[in-house]
Amino acid sequence: MDLFNLPRRDWITFGLFALVVVTMPIWLTPLGASYPGLLQKFAIFAIFAIGFNILFGLTGYLSFGHAAFLGVGSYTAVWSFKLLTMDALPAIMFAVIVSGLFALVIGYLSLRRTGIYFSILTLAFAQMCYNLAYSVLTPITNGETSLQLTLQDPRVIDSALAARPEGLPSASIFGHVFDGFEGFYFCAALLLIAFFIALKIFSSPFGMMLRAIKSNQTRMNYTGFDTKPYALTAFVISGMYAGLAGALLAVTDPLAGAERMQWTASGEVVLMTILGGVGTLIGPVIGAWLIKYFENIFSAFNEQVLTRFFSFLPPEITEPVVTISSKFVGEGWHLTLGLIFVLVVVFLPGGIMEGVRRIGALFRRTTPPSAPAARPAAPTIQPAE
Amino acid sequence: MLNVIIGRLAPSRGAVVFDGKVLTGKKPHQINQMGVVRVFQTPEIFPELSVLQNVMAPAFAKRDGAFRINIWRSLESERGIEEEANHILQDVGLYERRSHHAGALSRGDKRRMELAMCLIQHPRLLLLDEPTAGMSRHDTNTTIELLKKIKARGMTKVIIEHDMHVVFSLADKISVLAGGRIIAEGLPRRVRRSEKVQEAYLGGAHRLEEATH
Amino acid sequence: MDAILAQLLNGLDKGGAYALIALGLTLVFGTLGVVNFAHGALFMLGAFCAVTFRQLITLETVTVDPTQLSAWGAPLEIRTPLAQTWFGDFGAVLVEYSVPFSILFAIPVMLVIGIAMERGIIKHFYKRPHAEQILVTFGLAIVLQEIVKAVFGPNPISQPMPTALRGAADIGVWIGLAPGAVSYPLWRLVYFLFSAGIIAAVFAFLRFTTFGMVVRAGMADRETVGLLGINIGRRFTIMFGLAAVVAGLAGVMYTPLVPPNYHMGMDFLVLSFVVVVVGGMGSLPGAVAAGFLLGILQSFASMNEIKQLIPGIDQIIIYLTAVVILLVRPRGLLGRRGMMES
Repeated sequence: MDLFNLPRRDWITFGLFALVVVTMPIWLTPLGASYPGLLQKFAIFAIFAIGFNILFGLTGYLSFGHAAFLGVGSYTAVWSFKLLTMDALPAIMFAVIVSGLFALVIGYLSLRRTGIYFSILTLAFAQMCYNLAYSVLTPITNGETSLQLTLQDPRVIDSALAARPEGLPSASIFGHVFDGFEGFYFCAALLLIAFFIALKIFSSPFGMMLRAIKSNQTRMNYTGFDTKPYALTAFVISGMYAGLAGALLAVTDPLAGAERMQWTASGEVVLMTILGGVGTLIGPVIGAWLIKYFENIFSAFNEQVLTRFFSFLPPEITEPVVTISSKFVGEGWHLTLGLIFVLVVVFLPGGIMEGVRRIGALFRRTTPPSAPAARPAAPTIQPAE
Repeated sequence: MLNVIIGRLAPSRGAVVFDGKVLTGKKPHQINQMGVVRVFQTPEIFPELSVLQNVMAPAFAKRDGAFRINIWRSLESERGIEEEANHILQDVGLYERRSHHAGALSRGDKRRMELAMCLIQHPRLLLLDEPTAGMSRHDTNTTIELLKKIKARGMTKVIIEHDMHVVFSLADKISVLAGGRIIAEGLPRRVRRSEKVQEAYLGGAHRLEEATH
Repeated sequence: MDAILAQLLNGLDKGGAYALIALGLTLVFGTLGVVNFAHGALFMLGAFCAVTFRQLITLETVTVDPTQLSAWGAPLEIRTPLAQTWFGDFGAVLVEYSVPFSILFAIPVMLVIGIAMERGIIKHFYKRPHAEQILVTFGLAIVLQEIVKAVFGPNPISQPMPTALRGAADIGVWIGLAPGAVSYPLWRLVYFLFSAGIIAAVFAFLRFTTFGMVVRAGMADRETVGLLGINIGRRFTIMFGLAAVVAGLAGVMYTPLVPPNYHMGMDFLVLSFVVVVVGGMGSLPGAVAAGFLLGILQSFASMNEIKQLIPGIDQIIIYLTAVVILLVRPRGLLGRRGMMES
């Protein structure tokens, strides 16, 4: 079947990735990150970054307004909860469709320009969405208080099927409310689907066309390709990924605020992607996990935790070490993040995946090289002289 | 002039007509889809892709048209196109290096690869802009042999060239341009004898254009 | 008429700030080819130069006069700024006009910071992809922010403007309108004139000095200038220092208008990027024109009459203008072909 037509290499990648994702609650326990709230964020922002990378990594178009689609997805999902049903699937479906339509309009206009002009156009559209969500669109977005569920929500479908429960309901799937790690596994399942689609795109002729656009757009045109619809398709797909991520944010916590659309949120996904490795499949996921880990874990460290952590040191050293390292955690986690950006980009151009590749190459050097370059070319047309 | 044909520049007056259809005002990808394909003087390739992918991409344009979302099948399972690309890469002598990054090729190899990229589309009209400019004698001869081989397959080519050795070893019909006007036209034998050509040829700025069948 | 004039004036000082930041950003873009996300942080550092300067000169000596008692019955403490003890009356003037005087302090400091940044990090990123430039300068901006936060704390520190410039100028009277028709805070007038002066100075520097000529040539065609055997590296360093100084001065003079905090740079960064791109990549006049244009448009859009007409327009006017200009003019107002287009 064509749907599952993938080279062996990609199936191995997918299998390993699935294994890593499914066992996250286990291997993140020693790192102190194995609680559902954070794991869900890991899965959701991985989806966001994978989608962003389909646009930026493959076509080279750097969008600075992708958070807008995330926000639109969240709002759509919450509205689906409010008006129709607490079931997660319709909410996700609507969110993906609506953010896809948004991406179609914004992409159509923005893709008329290239390079930094494109980036600023996307930024401008996203900032307009953000500012309007806070001001004129408050009937839809509920402004600064964020869009939330209320007891007065109609929830047409749920009301028709069953008696209204007491209090505010939670998101569910076929009537089953998420509990404990179930929410994470739901997000993880969608992450795997999203990753699989990304794999398909990366290994398909369509993916090669997108890479070719990044490589030399002029050549693409003279080769007989209409590059606009290619880039637009990539834009819409990555907008839908963002919408999916936004919907999942709303599923795990039925609340949508405009700050999700701010440029800092767009910038964050750009940084995740570059940090992990632009154009690689796994890189953006690693970048997303790393940034979210720092945001949630490092910021929660305090001196007590550090003192415990460094308790193996002699007591006279412990105190200065704790004092110094406390500047980098808690309130200061941004400092660590900034330093990581600088260090990664100085020492590992190409992101973390470049580092992984280099380590892999080190190991491979022990086996004899099988470089095809070493062999002399044997052209079928011999020189005439 | 080639820039006008392929739609990069607009003509100041007049129109480009190919096979009864007006090319003027059409977009570059539309002109390509009509079977008019060009090799650039400075190689226009996809440096980040492999040599094989560089040659496969145009084949998709020929098969699938200007736009098609083709994500169901993987690149590896497009056997037909890959085989055709391999075949043409053997013709131009780049088969051994098909998995290399195209950006890492030498300039002469890049031009041969670009030629392969055009040939895989089986163009009805192939435009070549100084295909041997800046090449060593050895590479020039390799290229001439290659072009002769293509000629045998019967495809119309327009070559812009001022290396007389190349022109006279390939051309069936030559047009000599000087100062934007055609000063001589016809079979190689007659053009060689033309006084005007001798004059322009010795005088400096000149270009020869030829068409082979 | 009065209202329009008033809004025009209101837009000028903000436009001046945009133009100054965008000018530095364009200089770095155009000459060095670097997307500098740390430029907003330079603006912020300039503002904190003013804060530091004021803190330095208002260091106090405390002497206790046991013969006098304060209202609470404790011995009276007499606090004298060190500057006053050392310099007498001039010290008092120094404290009063601390913000303008910080310019003298900020120029060398910003120059050193700028040169250190260029030599230390930026230099290695000239040939690297823009994505990596963004990541490294963004990381740098965060580090600078956090350092400032660690030193000065997270809260805004307001800077008093000199008493003499605290009032408003009745500009309407100057041009023959009724008194009180158009009044304009004096400091904003000062800010506008200051930014205009700096912009003029930068343009004159580029226009009339050999150094400026080489830089302009470098902006037009970097490779050729490099081939001419001109040491372009040294000039790049100086250009980066200059851009840092311009951003810093914009920050110094802005402190009385908005109390500086550690993240003020980020707030300005995005807007100044929009300004630069709307002006057109690589065009200095474009950046300045776009800065004032967007500043003025923003002030008009916040008029009540216009807000009633188009609700929410004040929130989006800058971005809307940017979208319209970029869709109508492919390379902004005055941008050049091929600059940052891929």
